[in-house]
Amino acid sequence: MQLKNKNGASANIKAALTLATGALLGTSVQAEQQADWAFDSAFLYYSESDRVSAAEGIFNATKTFEQGQVLNVGLTVDVLTGASANGAVAQPGVQTFTRPSGNGQFDVKGGETPLDDTFKDTRVQLNGQWSQALSPDYKISTGGHLSKEYDYFSVGVNASVSRDFNKKNSTVSLGFSYFNDNYTPEGDIPRAFASMVVGDSESSSFQQAFEQSRLTDEDDKTTTDILLGYTQIINRRMLMQFNYSYSMVDGYLSDPFKVLSVVNQQGLTQDLVYENRPDERVKQSAFVQAKYHFTNNIVDISYRYMWDDWEIASHTLDARLRVPLSGHSYIEPHVRFYQQDAAKFYQPFLNQNQPLPAYASSDYRIGEMNAYTLGVKYGMVVNQGHDLSFRLEIYRQDPTNAGTIAPGILAELALYESIDAIIAQVSYSF
Amino acid sequence: MSLKRQTRFTQREAGYGMSFDAMASPCEVIIDSTDPALAKRVGELVAFEVWRIQDKYSRYDANSFCSQINQSTGQRIAIDEETYQLLCFAQQCYQLSEGLFDISSGVLGKLWKFDRSDNIAQPEQIKQLMAHVGFSKVSFAQHYLVLPAPMQLDFGGIGKEYAVDRAIIKVKEITDVPVLVNLGGDLCATSPRNNRQPWQVGIENPAVTGNSTMVVSLYQGALATSGDASRYLVKDGKRYSHVLNAKTGWPIEDAPRSMTVAAPQCSQAGLLATLSLLQGSNAEAFLTAQHVKFWPIR
Repeated sequence: MQLKNKNGASANIKAALTLATGALLGTSVQAEQQADWAFDSAFLYYSESDRVSAAEGIFNATKTFEQGQVLNVGLTVDVLTGASANGAVAQPGVQTFTRPSGNGQFDVKGGETPLDDTFKDTRVQLNGQWSQALSPDYKISTGGHLSKEYDYFSVGVNASVSRDFNKKNSTVSLGFSYFNDNYTPEGDIPRAFASMVVGDSESSSFQQAFEQSRLTDEDDKTTTDILLGYTQIINRRMLMQFNYSYSMVDGYLSDPFKVLSVVNQQGLTQDLVYENRPDERVKQSAFVQAKYHFTNNIVDISYRYMWDDWEIASHTLDARLRVPLSGHSYIEPHVRFYQQDAAKFYQPFLNQNQPLPAYASSDYRIGEMNAYTLGVKYGMVVNQGHDLSFRLEIYRQDPTNAGTIAPGILAELALYESIDAIIAQVSYSF
Repeated sequence: MSLKRQTRFTQREAGYGMSFDAMASPCEVIIDSTDPALAKRVGELVAFEVWRIQDKYSRYDANSFCSQINQSTGQRIAIDEETYQLLCFAQQCYQLSEGLFDISSGVLGKLWKFDRSDNIAQPEQIKQLMAHVGFSKVSFAQHYLVLPAPMQLDFGGIGKEYAVDRAIIKVKEITDVPVLVNLGGDLCATSPRNNRQPWQVGIENPAVTGNSTMVVSLYQGALATSGDASRYLVKDGKRYSHVLNAKTGWPIEDAPRSMTVAAPQCSQAGLLATLSLLQGSNAEAFLTAQHVKFWPIR
């Protein structure tokens, strides 16, 4: 390899040395140019005992460009199956319900919380995000979101700007996002408080009555979020984060699959009516997080207070402790506590002898509850610095009575059934 | 050469530092991370890798593989992949420099002691010794080497830079945090610091600065220095630099006292610096033609 020509003017010795160095170090030039894509993948499994199971696959790709711009593209696929509470109360005898589609009925045994076992869906989500620095202190980020389910289509955009100051020890950020969701549920959207039609779903009179109980075949919901953030490095061991968010949701906010039992003074169901929620909701939340790095361990504690004009308020306390086991692995216990007050229109059932309220829902998810998560994550560095981690958590949700007096037989039936779930996740970054 | 092998772990203004001695130089690893456990691991990883290379390729260490090669008395000796790659690299440098750079020329050091005296080597002795210099006489392939006796190989001209690059590879295998490896002024940074500011490195290399410390700013990539400003001879008003022409056995005339070069990898930077010194008065012109950043001391 004679790259120096005779008159002494050296030809491209640098290029020759680059190749020679690449060979010496086992790093080809091409490999270096391609090394800037990073990938994250995860598989998550969530299972409630006797109820919903969800399997989720996540794939994320991040490319960092030469000037520090970052492109992130993510794909998430969820598959949900199982049974979900339909909102009706347990009864001493067998209850018959019409499926949300109107095609057929199912029975629920006496004493059991009615579950609709036709819950089945596949969701595909696509996210893209672009971030770049505008100046050494200003950074912007903008992104888009698409999500498709069998009966749901969601489009979203977001943008944020952040500014560093105080020698980059402090960062403030302002973010905005807007989502539009279109809902075309199986069996269409029922009229508020219309009675569930139960009978021979093959007969024409049933079909007519079922259609009478329907309002429309689709509806929309929009969500506008504003997020204010502040991050402060307290010292070389401690970091704090403060967030405030304001969220406005407008449109169809009811769940078309949820009903309420209308009971008499003996606690016996006389009717089943579809729920009705307000078509507006304003949510606010305040979040504070502290991370502290001890000599070896890292503690991460956060608290969130959420409140809205449905009068739901919740407290979330979350704590993690990362303990390195060796240079190559760590273990991270996780504890989470959640407490929620009920929405003002939440009621587990309707009383026959009381006037119909403007809004009502018996969805346990907006009722009073406590929930606990207990978990552990084990992570390790495998071949050439790739992260592999396993997470296993148990989750318990205990709905509580917000002061409703159960008439007659309902006092003896379980109205607030606890839910136990396990969550398992495997993640790999490469 | 110190037999004491210890690392000193310190907290710095940003991140952590690990210093140790290797290859007759003060060495330092700077880790821009708030995680002391990770920093310690990175620092030790680098120190052990550098010591491993020193143990294998130092010609001053009677137990090294380099010494085994030099005592092979012309017999075929088995070599591993790493040694093969180093020999290939040395061969390419030999060819690129048209024989001016030669890892078999270390024996000339027996005649030339650059102690700033007027004690220049005797021409007859040089002529005799030159019979045992010349990389083209060395034959090697992937699994063996034959070094004709009494020739000697000296990896000193490429070893330290190679150790920097190897250390950087090892670091990148375990972490993405910004890390700088500095082996006595030959250095490389994996990436800019977390605050996007350049690394500020004090180079205490007598070759560059005498007894003072030069501070350089570096975002990422490598810097390497060849030459030693304190080593020369003066006879009859003529100055003899310590940079030897491997083809003649005599010092290169009009070479800069030292040359510092920036390149993506330290091996590359080091060789460009060394090859430039071998160009004598054309050192700067040579590097200008290569479109690299360089800092000569004349």
